[in-house]
Amino acid sequence: MDKVMRLASEKDVVVFSKSSCCLCYAITILFQELGVTSTVHEIDQDPEGREMEKTLVRLGCNAPVPAIFVGGRLVGSTNEVMSLHLSGGLIPMLKPYQTWC
Amino acid sequence: MPFSNLPLLVYIYQIWEEEGIEAIETWNVGEQQELEGDEESKLSIALDINSTCAKVAFFIISKSMNSPTPQFVPSRLGIYEPIHQIGIWGENFKSNGNPNTSTSVIVEVDNKLENESETTSHEMLTASNTYEQEASKPIDKIQRRLAQNREAARKSRLRKKAYVQQLENSRLKLIQLEQELQRARQQGLYMGGVLEGSHIGFSGTVNSGIAAFEMEYGRWVDVQHRQICELRTTLNAHISDIELRILVESGIGHYFELFRMKSTVAKADVFYVISGVWKTSAERFFSWIGGFRPSELLKVLVPQLDPLTEQQILEVCNLKQSCQQAEDALSQGMEKLQETVSSTVAGGPVDEVSYIPQVATAMEKLEALVSFVNQADHLRQETLQQMSRILTTRQAARGLLALGEYFHRLRALSTLWATRPPEPSLP
Repeated sequence: MDKVMRLASEKDVVVFSKSSCCLCYAITILFQELGVTSTVHEIDQDPEGREMEKTLVRLGCNAPVPAIFVGGRLVGSTNEVMSLHLSGGLIPMLKPYQTWC
Repeated sequence: MPFSNLPLLVYIYQIWEEEGIEAIETWNVGEQQELEGDEESKLSIALDINSTCAKVAFFIISKSMNSPTPQFVPSRLGIYEPIHQIGIWGENFKSNGNPNTSTSVIVEVDNKLENESETTSHEMLTASNTYEQEASKPIDKIQRRLAQNREAARKSRLRKKAYVQQLENSRLKLIQLEQELQRARQQGLYMGGVLEGSHIGFSGTVNSGIAAFEMEYGRWVDVQHRQICELRTTLNAHISDIELRILVESGIGHYFELFRMKSTVAKADVFYVISGVWKTSAERFFSWIGGFRPSELLKVLVPQLDPLTEQQILEVCNLKQSCQQAEDALSQGMEKLQETVSSTVAGGPVDEVSYIPQVATAMEKLEALVSFVNQADHLRQETLQQMSRILTTRQAARGLLALGEYFHRLRALSTLWATRPPEPSLP
């Protein structure tokens, strides 16, 4: 529980992923498109990966990855992010963290 | 030229209507020959009215000589009549598997057979009488008759040729269709059974999942069509917004039903959904991750929704942009998946016989495809939901009508394309 929350609050936009997960990759592409640099943690590469996976599921993600945290708070998985984006709610949420180079 | 020396293949074709007996017998006089070109001369020689040389033989062929009087009318076997009959027989040509054999008839009345039945002898006499009568007519009339016969025979041959050509074309078309069907079946029934014995057991579930989907989808399209018609008539009439809302809700719900169906069959066989085999060819042309592209959908809808308020225009614009961004992200994710699977399958030494580790690993990666299909459908669902929120009831109804009609027309396009006429082959 701790590691996930700790990592999640360390950076603005955090995506928990797995190295082979292409859907996670798609999410990071979307954030990139919206001018946000996301920090990706590949839990399958982490020694505590198993625990982290359990935590994420317990937090309410139906699939452990991708799990997206914005500003330390859990947004959800791909479904939630997509719904939010189409309803126009994602960009306002990301606004403080947008870094246009 | 003596009549009996002519090498001609003789067919006598009879239908005994009463008993339904068909008897065909060929009487080969000399060698078999094609009757092209020379036919006219041969026949005219045969019909040489030199009455001292000519014989008219009458063959009646039947399975049992005790059968009742044939319905066969002897005048049809008079000397000149059979030539007319060539035309008719050409039309009714029953394939004995040998379309090139001749179909002309020479009639010879053999006096021997006169004794075999009373009625037939009477018929034969009539025939011979007819023959003798004809012999005494002026020559030019006979010549004219001959010319007519030749013409009829020629026309008959042309008709037969055209018919055979048509049959050949149909046969080719049939083979083409069968091949297409085979290909479509193979695409749709992907088994995934590369590894020996491992997944064959699941093939039953896969097939039944697909079969169930296909049936349901057929029904879905029918219901869709009914809904479109209802929307059309309702929009022209003047019903309350509340009633219209019900139609809109059920219309949107119907699409959601499709996404549910697709999710189920994707678990059974994701390739089936992605390949779009279940859709018509024109729909497949526009396919993106197993269905329509949400941003394209918006492009189809928006022109039909005029007039939109400023606020609506802005919201639709934002929605379209969000759709495109989400689509791009998913598309790039798909590309990454392709790369991953490709490199996995190609990996490892190729001079080793066993590829099982590579293929097994690739199988795991392919599981992700199901998530992509689900995400794509989720995007479609969200787009429909957002549009329903942005638009008024009446606008939403028009939007659903436009969308349904669009897919209906795509299906019609597919059908039209599939049944387009082949290039003409006959001059």
